[in-house]
Amino acid sequence: MNKKSRVNVKKISVYGMITAAAIVLSWLEAQIPPFFPIPGMKIGLTNIIVVIALYKMGSGSAMAVNVLRILLVSFLFGGPSALIYSLSGGMLSLLVMILLKKTGKFKMISVSIAGGIFHNVGQILIAMLMTDTTSILWYLAVLWFAGAVSGTLIGILGNTLLKHLPDSIFK
Amino acid sequence: MKKGILKRVKYDIFLVGILITVGAAVLLTAVFNGQGGEYVCIKTDGEVSAVYPLTENRRVVINGANGTNLLVIENCQAYISEADCPDKLCVRQGKISMKGQSVICLPHRIVVEITGQEQKDNSDIDVIVK
Repeated sequence: MNKKSRVNVKKISVYGMITAAAIVLSWLEAQIPPFFPIPGMKIGLTNIIVVIALYKMGSGSAMAVNVLRILLVSFLFGGPSALIYSLSGGMLSLLVMILLKKTGKFKMISVSIAGGIFHNVGQILIAMLMTDTTSILWYLAVLWFAGAVSGTLIGILGNTLLKHLPDSIFK
Repeated sequence: MKKGILKRVKYDIFLVGILITVGAAVLLTAVFNGQGGEYVCIKTDGEVSAVYPLTENRRVVINGANGTNLLVIENCQAYISEADCPDKLCVRQGKISMKGQSVICLPHRIVVEITGQEQKDNSDIDVIVK
């Protein structure tokens, strides 16, 4: 009984810590002027946290952290439209990453690349609905490759971080 | 040794290969469909508010949801030269000329889009300025 409650306290602390780290990264990213002049397009630094959560804590925890950080960050720095964009991009991206990871056949960096791409695909699907624009091919093409690039960077960073973060923090 | 590494990442090469191929296919389709842009179509709040020929130079002030944007059409290219939106992303999106390309100003809910010949026959349009 005592042991169980200690584990839960630890779990809560880890969730809190990792969500806080995600919020700090979002704040950091908000300070950088938009690199690409496309609405809703970001480097996606926060995805490092999601990737780490996915690999260190599992699918369910990653989903929980993802939803939490999207809600908190959108309420803190964005508006309702930012929430819809982040939610669609973040959810689609994480779902794709969870599925790819479950196959057990792919390296983390490939999973992250696919996640980066589908983050943008999710956002553009919502942008298509919101702006009523069907000619999204140009955006899709640009964002597809941009997502691949940011996914690669996040995969490399996440891989390095995973090696240096001891499992004892999360377990 | 090298063969071993290749074998270990063969699924990854396959996955990334597919992802790049799909991306390239989307890009090629966009370029292929981009020929024959003839009109500049302005949508505010999802509704077409005006259509101008791409071949005639002009400057238009667009009244959006929360402010205005200055659209410039010159030398068969369209771009937003000034805007009072907070992020100015629409200005930075640059010049467009190919069919299907668009400049989006999310804060003002304005979409400027290049359309082809068929746009002329669309009866939904309020104004076609010749």
